[in-house]
Amino acid sequence: MAKNEIKYLTAIKQEKPKKKFCRFKKYGIKYVDYKDIEFLKKFINEQGKMLPRRLSGNSLKYQRKVSDAVKKARQMALLPYVTDLLK
Amino acid sequence: MNNYELMVIFTPVLSEEDFKAAQKKYADFIVENGGTTGHSNPWGLKSLAYPIEKKTTGIYWVLEYEAPSDLNEKMKIQILRDEQVMRHMITRLDKYAVEYNYKKRTGGFHTTEKTPA
Repeated sequence: MAKNEIKYLTAIKQEKPKKKFCRFKKYGIKYVDYKDIEFLKKFINEQGKMLPRRLSGNSLKYQRKVSDAVKKARQMALLPYVTDLLK
Repeated sequence: MNNYELMVIFTPVLSEEDFKAAQKKYADFIVENGGTTGHSNPWGLKSLAYPIEKKTTGIYWVLEYEAPSDLNEKMKIQILRDEQVMRHMITRLDKYAVEYNYKKRTGGFHTTEKTPA
C-alpha cells in the first residue's frame, strides 16, 4: 500500500481564487437606482439581507450607496424587509 | 433650485380618472409653488413586497421635478393629508442621478446588461 502513496517534493500549484473587484468602479456606474430591483437583487441574499463587502467586493463608497438604495426600495415596498426564497 | 424625484403609492381602489387627477394635482402644486415638472412615469398597479394598510397592491407613480428647497415641506403636508396616498418618498437627485434618468429614458443603456453577475 505504501508504494501507491504519492509524494510531492514541491507543493502543487493551486489555482488562485479570482480577485474580487468593485463593479461600480470597473463599469463606471455613478448612481445606484433604488427603482432598479433586479440590479439590487444582486447585492442581497435569499432572506433579503444585504451581502457584506467581503462577498460583493464593492468599495466602501458604493457599498454605502447600494445600502441606501436597498433601504429606499424596502420603504417603498419594492423589496421585502424579511422573506424566504427571494431568488 | 434642486432636482428631486417623488414616488407615491396610491391605494389600489383608485380609478383611472382619479389617478390622473391626483397626478395633475401634485404636478400643478409644484408649478404653482415655483417649480418645474420633468418626466412623469405612472407605473400603474403593482404588487407590493409586503402589505401596506392591509393591501397587497398599490398604484405607483414617479415624478421628476426641479424645485426650490422649501417646496418639499409644503408638499409633504398635502400628501400626508391625502387619503388616497398610502406612502410617498422624495429623493434628492445629484448630477449623476439626473444623467442616469435621462439615459434610461432615452434607452442609452441598461444597468442589468452592463454588469454581468
